[in-house]
Parts: sequence; C-alpha cells; structure tokens
Amino acid sequence: MILREILKIIEGKTITKNVDLDLEVSMGCGSDLMSDVLAFTHEGTVLMSGLTNPQVVRTAEIAGIKAIIFVRGKYPPQKTIDLAKEKGIPLLASKYTLFETCGRIFAAGLPSCGLFDLATRQWEDRFKTSE
Amino acid sequence: MKTQDQDPVQNFTKLTELTYVIQVSEAMNQDVITVPPTLTMCEFREVLRAHSISGAPVVENGKMIGIISIEDLIKTMGACEASSSQAVNAVMDTTSVREHMTPDPETLYNDEPLANAINKFDKLNFGRFPVINRQGDLVGIITKGSIVQALLEHIHAAYSEIEVLNYPTGYFFEDIEADQFNLTLQYQVNAEDFDNAGEASSQLKKTLSHLCLHPQIIRRVAISSYEAEMNLVFWGKGGQIRVEIQPHQITLETVDTGPGIEDIEQAMQPGYSSAPEWVRSMGFGAGMGLPNIQACTDEMEIESTPGEGTHLKTTIYLENSE
Repeated sequence: MILREILKIIEGKTITKNVDLDLEVSMGCGSDLMSDVLAFTHEGTVLMSGLTNPQVVRTAEIAGIKAIIFVRGKYPPQKTIDLAKEKGIPLLASKYTLFETCGRIFAAGLPSCGLFDLATRQWEDRFKTSE
Repeated sequence: MKTQDQDPVQNFTKLTELTYVIQVSEAMNQDVITVPPTLTMCEFREVLRAHSISGAPVVENGKMIGIISIEDLIKTMGACEASSSQAVNAVMDTTSVREHMTPDPETLYNDEPLANAINKFDKLNFGRFPVINRQGDLVGIITKGSIVQALLEHIHAAYSEIEVLNYPTGYFFEDIEADQFNLTLQYQVNAEDFDNAGEASSQLKKTLSHLCLHPQIIRRVAISSYEAEMNLVFWGKGGQIRVEIQPHQITLETVDTGPGIEDIEQAMQPGYSSAPEWVRSMGFGAGMGLPNIQACTDEMEIESTPGEGTHLKTTIYLENSE
C-alpha cells in the first residue's frame, strides 16, 4: 500500500516536507513501546504511534520502518521533525486514535507484521503453567 | 527507434551501448516459418493466420529467393478490379506467392551488431529482415518486436546485476585476502544524553550497510546494539559499544560502570522492568530490552556485579543468515 492511499484512508496530513507519496509500505505496526517496535516489526513497516519524541525516529531508522504516523492528533516537537528529515523518514499525522488509525488501514488491506516467536513462546508458557 | 540523435556523443546512452554489444543473432527469432513460392496467396493467408505472423521468407530448393508479407496480401486483394469477394477469392486462388513476393530481399548477418539492424529498419521501414549466416544460409528472422524484447531482456539482466552488487551477502569479505582478519568499531555512549541516544547504533547501521552485509543481519545487529545503547544511556552512566566484525560472525560488546544488575535471570524475563517513569515516557523500560537483544542474537552473555557495572557480549553468526 502506498502512502497516498494511507493518507486518504485516515484523512491524514503530512508533517515532513516533500513526502514521496508513492512510497510503498508492506505492513503496519501500532505501538507506543519502542522496544516492541524493535521486536515485532520487519523491514518495510509503517509505524503508528502516539509517542512523538526523537527516539521514535531513531527506532524507526534502526528497525527499517518506512514511515511514521502520529495518532490522536499529536504533533511532534521540532527535534523529532529535524531528525526525521536527516534520516529521510516521512512523518504523517492522523486525528484518529491509535486503534482507529490502525483499524482503518488494516481494514483497507494492509497486513500486520504477523506473529513472532518472542511473543508466542512466552504466551504459550504462561497458559501452560496456569492449567 | 534510433541509435543516435543529433549529438551522438551526448546521447550515447547505456541503451545505445547495448545495441552495439548485442548481436543480431541474439535478437532474432530462430524458428523461421518459410513458404514455398508455389503456394497460392489463399494458402499463404492461412499460413499467416495459423502461425500469427505477418510475413515469411520464400524458400525454394533450400535457398531463400524472396520475402512476402501481409502487405503483399492486402495489395493483391486491393488490386482486384471487381471488389466482390468472389473476384478477390478467384485472384487469391489463382496467383502464387512467387508473383507477389519481393525477390532478393534485404538481409542481415547473424553476427552484425544490433545497431545495424535498427538502422536498416529506420532506413527501409520494412517489418522484418531475414537473417543469414556468412555462408548465406537462412538462420532466423528479426522484427522490431524481437529487437525490443532482446533489449528489455538485456536491460533486465543488467539491472539484476546492479541489484546483486548492492546486496551480495558477504561480498565485502570475499575481497579480503588474509588468514585472519577482524574489523573493530568502537563507540562511546554518554550517560543521560537522551537527544543523541541511539546515534551510535545509527552510525553502526550505516557502516554495516557499506560493508554489503545481508540486510537481515544488519537489522539484527542494529536492533541489539540500539537496545544495549539505550541500557547504557538509561542505566549504565554511559559506556562503550565495541563491535568486532569477522568473516563468520559479528560480536557486539557493551561495557559500563553503572549500578549493575542484581538478578540477571529476572532481568531477562520479558516484561520485567525496574524502569522509572521518565524512561517509560520515552517509549522504553517496558522490560523488553534484554529479551529483545537475545532474540536478535545467536549467543548472549551478561556478567554483572552490583555496584561495579555490566558487561554484555552478544554474537551473531553470518552463515545461514535469513
């Protein structure tokens, strides 16, 4: 799915200048926890987050996140925008909640990052011991 | 299709170069449908229809004597004085390919550069040329369509080559000839420098991408380094990140003189965290740091002495990546 379609679906706006709206993302992740973003995404993901500090951009760079959408009408501080410009990561804005922003994009056909061993192993174990 | 424009030097593109590298034989169709001169025009029409072609060389006793195309067929039909279908059919049935073909057709040699073929199409505006070898035998037929196809195939091949050059796993190491070799990168991380937290890992990621390592390997090293760097910033009062790159593995170590970890096993539990609110407000401290590093690496060791500091050592193997 390209950013142009995503912007239309979430009625969003671009924050950084000269965003390549034809940029293709292949899956999505919604999280405010940066370690979760690192652990549960793949290269080529679009990140939806309510966190706006510069660490979001760094996390995106490290994890190979293609674009970041700030949800709940949040607008990032200048430090974040400057870093995003330097790292070449487009920033978008959505007035909807994290749930609705993700939901709209997911319903339009963008898949999630899937299941991860780190998540399922822990999950199975937890239910085994409680039985 | 032109091989050169007004300014041939300025317009000498990769495509132009290709037309000189590729030979006619690479762009021609080897399965030539030929027709005998004795065929009636009506039968010739059926040959065109059956093979979905628009022209064919005329061969008699193993020798090419002419070429005939759909245009000759149309001319034959149009030349009938009476335009009734019966009159047209009569002419088509009674006249032969020999009467309507172009004798001694223009040909191309199979070992000529494709540029010659393109020039000839430009100059003569024919739909096809028979291709012969230096002994004069008919070996193929070339059309504008087959030229375009050959060029596209070559461009695709060249493009794939460029892609491979960008991502050859371990390509960097293959160029290094030594019995032993290692490349060490070291980064200093400052305590509580939140604005720059992660910059060392960012630089590391960029450096690794120059070494043409597999993107998945780079991502794993970068993520484990970033989590470790965050630990240095948040807990370790700063410290060093040391990355050692060898042909078969990448080792990442962090050393700090921070408070140390009381219970390493507990710290390794996903979700366990002793992070204060300010760390959490930055999107960290959710108890995923060490489990995340472990998930990204093949080996992980932590030595920590409370009050003295922590030494983390991780290894990622370069074989069997992906």
